[in-house]
Amino acid sequence: MTAKRADTMDLQQRLSSNPLLVIARIRETGIILVILLLVLAVSLRSPSFLTLSNFRDILLNISILIIVALAQTMVILTKSIDLSVGSMIGLTAMMVSFIIKQYPEFSPLAAILLGMAVGSVLGLFNGLIIAYGEVPPIIATLGTLSIYRGMIFLYSGGTWINAFEMSKSFKLLAKGTILGVPHLVYIAFGVSVLVYFLLNHTRLGRNIYAIGSNPDAAQFVGIPKKHIIFAVYLLCGIACGLAGVLWASRFESAQTNTALGFELQTVAASVVGGVSISGGVGTVPGVLLGALLLGIIQNALTMIRISPFWQLAIQGLLILLAVVVDNLISREMQRSVRQWNR
Amino acid sequence: MGEYLFELREITKRFAGVEVLHKVSFNLRPGEVHALLGENGAGKSTLIKIMTGVYQPDEGAIILDGREVRFSNARESQLAGIAAIYQEPSLFPDLDVAENIFVGRHPLKAGGRVDWHRIYREAESLLTSLGMQLNLKRKARDLSIAEQQMVEIARAFSINARILIMDEPTSSLTLNEVAELFRLVRRLRDEGTAVVFISHRLEELFEIADRVTVLRDGYFVDTKPVKDVTREELIRLMVGRKVSSMFPKQEVQPGNVVLKVEGLTRDGVFKDISFELRKGEILGLAGLVGAGRTEVARAIFGIDPPASGRIFIDGKEVRITSPRQAIALGLAYVPEDRQTHGLVTPMNLISNITLPLVGRFSHFGWLDQRAEINFALSMARQMEVRAHSLWQRARELSGGNQQKIVLAKWLSTRPRILILDEPTRGIDVGTKAAVHELMSRLAGEGMAILMISSELPEILGMSDRIIVMREGRITAQLGREEASQEKILHYATQSLEEEVTR
Repeated sequence: MTAKRADTMDLQQRLSSNPLLVIARIRETGIILVILLLVLAVSLRSPSFLTLSNFRDILLNISILIIVALAQTMVILTKSIDLSVGSMIGLTAMMVSFIIKQYPEFSPLAAILLGMAVGSVLGLFNGLIIAYGEVPPIIATLGTLSIYRGMIFLYSGGTWINAFEMSKSFKLLAKGTILGVPHLVYIAFGVSVLVYFLLNHTRLGRNIYAIGSNPDAAQFVGIPKKHIIFAVYLLCGIACGLAGVLWASRFESAQTNTALGFELQTVAASVVGGVSISGGVGTVPGVLLGALLLGIIQNALTMIRISPFWQLAIQGLLILLAVVVDNLISREMQRSVRQWNR
Repeated sequence: MGEYLFELREITKRFAGVEVLHKVSFNLRPGEVHALLGENGAGKSTLIKIMTGVYQPDEGAIILDGREVRFSNARESQLAGIAAIYQEPSLFPDLDVAENIFVGRHPLKAGGRVDWHRIYREAESLLTSLGMQLNLKRKARDLSIAEQQMVEIARAFSINARILIMDEPTSSLTLNEVAELFRLVRRLRDEGTAVVFISHRLEELFEIADRVTVLRDGYFVDTKPVKDVTREELIRLMVGRKVSSMFPKQEVQPGNVVLKVEGLTRDGVFKDISFELRKGEILGLAGLVGAGRTEVARAIFGIDPPASGRIFIDGKEVRITSPRQAIALGLAYVPEDRQTHGLVTPMNLISNITLPLVGRFSHFGWLDQRAEINFALSMARQMEVRAHSLWQRARELSGGNQQKIVLAKWLSTRPRILILDEPTRGIDVGTKAAVHELMSRLAGEGMAILMISSELPEILGMSDRIIVMREGRITAQLGREEASQEKILHYATQSLEEEVTR
């Protein structure tokens, strides 16, 4: 046993001597570092960047992203993906906005519940075909991405709902403030706490990690894999429903192209935040930082007047970078562990 | 009812129409260690997965406490008090040691919260009582194989099972750790737990087991008290069949040494592997699953290059770092797992046969399809492949015909040295004979063949010489005349420690 102890020390030494493995250990610190560098660089060029009101803007801008990215993270943790999030958001935004237009006295809270109900139906459908129909997640959600987007057109007849057709109370849902902080930020914070609790302190959450970490072993220990995959898609749908209502309120409109392409951002925030595309690895704080990084980049690019078209390219680049770093890390880990085992 | 705690009655299990268990019966008394014994592929692992509900039997009954039960998944069997340590690593690399012990049944506090305090507290006391020292917060991916095994054992113990199934729990443990494990098993047995124990080390069975059941080729052979059998008798029961004349290796005068391997080592996988392979010779590589045979083959073929050691081809030292290079040097490797490594199953037969040779049929990037088809046709005829047409997809063929296609593919590269990994696993008797005949013919034409096989009759029937590997080392080199099933099994199963003490 003492020999084993020595081995352990040896491994830890090796882990700390390899820069890639060090990054792996302190993934969050790495992102924080990048964020700090970015903030420093941008504030040198644009003094209005480092102000409280701009920071509030950034938080407001990433709040919806955080809600959906966390839901996406739960899906990715199980080795799956949900590409239909943008369409689910768009469809709920449109349906709820129509209701708000018709019944201006409809309470905002009821609107949120309604949106989550709509989202749960959409997520339920995803979950059914993926978990029980065993359709590969990419194909299934690529399909529902189109179906749900098509339903927006069918539902709205191609029209859109603008700010004048929405009640004031509904518009205040996202942007109203408490102590100078927008409601939206509180909601995103609340969702973060909920997801954190779910992932770390409930059986469902731990089973989500287990399935992504080793699906076969999950079967051996009797984890109900299908039910859990179903559950993450259902939860993702509910989160998108919530996000759809908030989106309509925040942008005071619902259009056929609402949240078009949003799935890219959610995946980017997760992956940049250290969530492994191959499942089992990822934390809520990491995803929050990932979303923050994306938000700061977006904001900074506007500040230093770089074309918004660059934003997409930079987002894509970030995803690639994160995945490459991830691959390097896991390969390096496997190698060092293997060497040490032998 | 009756003396048995747990009973399997006439269990039959089929996979894709192939029967892997034929009316196998097995029973367990409370407070006994019952060993399950059989060669590779005898059906032990399948039987275990039926006991734990991972698989469901097609026929037969499972009886627990005198009542018939059906487990539709592993959770149900756990709730009924059955725990298992599987042969395959079944830990979760991203979860820590403590959580790995309780995963799937995390203890909860009131209100449904996971009780992390209890997880760490109970894991701690469990490991202490088992005499294991492990940092509870370490991720499973950072553990050594032996440590992973310890966690799996701890997990099985934590269930407080009435029935504990251990599939080769000792294969990666040191002598001390094995002794420790046996102490635990005895303690459990004395407390009334029934233990199903699988090991290839016969010595261990004599040390720990009360009764032993032998399986062979998916059939039940016998159940006996361990004190009434000898080691030789057990080996005979496991092997059973006679070496038939099904394996027609022609006598060939071996020629020059074409492949020579010296001191090949990859740390922890295999060590100090040295042998020679001559022209026209079939060299059998025997041993149990996990002995490192496939790893040696992959190293020679350049898939996972070895850490140290030298390889000579025709007396010239070569460094092989990729399969491409190996092919250029005249080697071919037919892997064990046809589905994942040997065939592109969704493609048709033509493409599969000509895959390594596409260059030969392409001119400035254009594929000469007629030449390709003609070539594939001649190879398929030569190999007597049974298929509707050459355009059939590879995955639609039977196992035997798939193997023929794989062979055709590699033979089309005209190799001088052919490495075959389990060339006839899972194929029917007729095709088996055809493959053997082909091997014999190829050797007769001067090809040097290294054949990995876990089927002893095949090894004995086909090989000019036999190497036995165990736990990454060569433990014996036997000539055709001196080899016997008993001898090979002896060298393949004896534990390393025993050899040292001898």
